[in-house]
Amino acid sequence: MAQLTLDELRKKRKEAQKGIYLREGKYKSKIIVHMGTCGIAVGAREIVTAFLEEIEILTEKDVILTTSGCAGLCSMEPMATVELLNSPSVKYGNLTTDKARRIFKEHILGGNIVTDYAIGIGSEKGG
Amino acid sequence: MAVRRIELMLCTGTGCVAGGAFRISEALEKEIQKQGLEKEISVIITGCNGFCGHGPLMLVQPDGIFYGFLTPEDIPFLVQEHFLKGRPVKKLMFSPPEKKEPVPLLSEIPFFKKQLLIVLRNRGIIDPEKIDEYIARDGFTALEKVLTSMTPDDVINEITRSGLRGRGGAGFPTGTKWKICRAEQKMPKYIICNCDEGDPGAFMDRSVFESDPLSAMEGMIIGGYAIGASHGYIYARSEYPLAIKRMNLSISSAKDYGLMGKNILGTDFSFDLEIRQGSGAFVCGEETSLILSIEGRGPEPIQRPPFPAQSGIWGCPTVINNVETWATIPVIINRGADWFSKIGTETSKGTKIFSLVGKINNAGLIEVPMGITLKEIVYDIGGGIPDNKKFKAVQTGGPSGGCIPYSMIDIPIDFESLIEAGSMMGSGGMIVMDEDTCMVDVAKFFIQFTNDESCGKCTTCRDGSEALHKVLTDITNGDGKEVDLEFLEEVGNAIKDASACGLGTTLPNPVLSTLKYFRDEYEAHIKERRCPALVCKNLIKYYILPEKCTGCKLCLKNCPPGAIKGELKHIHIIDQSKCTKCGTCLDVCPPKVSAIIKVSGKEMENITGIEEPYPVKRKGGKNET
Repeated sequence: MAQLTLDELRKKRKEAQKGIYLREGKYKSKIIVHMGTCGIAVGAREIVTAFLEEIEILTEKDVILTTSGCAGLCSMEPMATVELLNSPSVKYGNLTTDKARRIFKEHILGGNIVTDYAIGIGSEKGG
Repeated sequence: MAVRRIELMLCTGTGCVAGGAFRISEALEKEIQKQGLEKEISVIITGCNGFCGHGPLMLVQPDGIFYGFLTPEDIPFLVQEHFLKGRPVKKLMFSPPEKKEPVPLLSEIPFFKKQLLIVLRNRGIIDPEKIDEYIARDGFTALEKVLTSMTPDDVINEITRSGLRGRGGAGFPTGTKWKICRAEQKMPKYIICNCDEGDPGAFMDRSVFESDPLSAMEGMIIGGYAIGASHGYIYARSEYPLAIKRMNLSISSAKDYGLMGKNILGTDFSFDLEIRQGSGAFVCGEETSLILSIEGRGPEPIQRPPFPAQSGIWGCPTVINNVETWATIPVIINRGADWFSKIGTETSKGTKIFSLVGKINNAGLIEVPMGITLKEIVYDIGGGIPDNKKFKAVQTGGPSGGCIPYSMIDIPIDFESLIEAGSMMGSGGMIVMDEDTCMVDVAKFFIQFTNDESCGKCTTCRDGSEALHKVLTDITNGDGKEVDLEFLEEVGNAIKDASACGLGTTLPNPVLSTLKYFRDEYEAHIKERRCPALVCKNLIKYYILPEKCTGCKLCLKNCPPGAIKGELKHIHIIDQSKCTKCGTCLDVCPPKVSAIIKVSGKEMENITGIEEPYPVKRKGGKNET
């Protein structure tokens, strides 16, 4: 490999930072896909893949995707919860990969809740 | 690199590797494949996470969930439950001893909470074998800054103003050392990194090189620029194969990128690094011996001055610093001397890494701000003493440090306070002892170590340690005389005064500090032939309490020399003439019976073991004797 110049090193750093962003705990929005047995049965894994593909093409990696168990509303699976920093979380139900991609673009990148698919704002209170 | 939704930061420090970390990694890869998650989850091999007492361990990112004590059998369940279905697995999380509920997040575990990571800033976050990950974590930004906007004198001034002191033990101001070396006219000059970590129970340096090798190397390159050196050596113990492998990888990738070698980043500055392996001689940690060892000569310390900064390797000016010192340098350059000097105490700035071992719940590697109290380290970070035993003392500074007793638990940890207490910072070993530790025995252990490791050049160190060891052996054998204590003090002080290097001048510390704080234990051994901690074999006897023995034959069957007499439902007796005091009977006697005790001193007098077994009689659940 050719020796790096200062600018090349800086460029490399920017590129490399994308590879480790998950570990640094810095993100603006978080998607939680509910992966109970019910969710997986109706396609939650495809929803995960769709979201991951959307994250893949971002230049600024500030979205994280995690999974959690069944949200208790099995009839509306696949479900996902979207949390933007400093706003209440929004739950979406009856998802398809197309719906997921639209939510990604409009809600996560655009900041506008997709009311067509939203089933509730906020989370239930813990006992 | 393709994005993942989960990264599993699997610790592969030496501790976790010994516990089977690579088998965990195989099991993870296999199960991830099986579940078809390989495009969503990746396993990242990291250096030591620090929480070694709970290894093999990993951190799940971005959730920040910590799993410890992993076995390959746990993995399929863990992958399916947590990584597929999103349900974190409680039974693999950390649970504080006294609490039932686990603590899922690493950041909430008390062991990590009070730590401040400067040197270990990248531990567990990067893969130490990938230079890109170091670069992503602001690696080489300090080198950039130095090469583009600072003169060598600026660098030295910044380090001086930061108040950084050498982390190898003596605490000499780093900036001053560099300044002395820079002022020398003779060329060439050299940089050395001292990674000859020989203290029993210490693994700070190893950990830095295993988890973030390039941070220390970047520090060395900056040091080279500051003093005008273009060649450096890392002197590491050959007992650290994993650290050495990662050093080699780092050097070759840094050379590929032009961050080491000729004309770094297109400037006039060139710097090369070379690894030299030591063969495990403790004295090589002393700087002049280390230099001789690199030169290929026998490692015998030589008189200073001249100091290595004036005349070091091959007679040339040489700056030799410890791994931790080097790894601190890039952070000081990046964040500034003002920021750094706000951390710590008046005279000891920054943070220090300690390896916390011994009788402590959370054994591991910690980095804490200077000035933190011993109590905070032992109880808040260390989680206290196992089995609710009493905390007795902490041995700091390695084999040539001293023991700090419980009464001084509020002592702030900095260079001066530790010396005042009769111990020293050393390189940062911290061995915790509980009530079952005999302080005379501990002193004997450390003197045995330094006696073995003395290079033999100075009479006081070579023969003095021998004399101390003989007297300590007599005392622990029950042959001590009252004049012995005076002798230990006198010889101890003579060794301190008349030895050439740090090994000799500090080796009496374990004896002198225990004599100061635990004199009563020495006196009990000598005057009463009693070992208060019930450790010294010649001074104890094992005894079966007739009122508790149920005659189950468990101890009888397990006794290696066959010293226990008895038959089923008969009170067992230990034949003292045959007993080797191995303690097996005590270990196997069921806890609800607890019939076996150790006694020492006067209590031993009537225990002969010549009686014969007799039947157990029970009434109301108790034995009648």
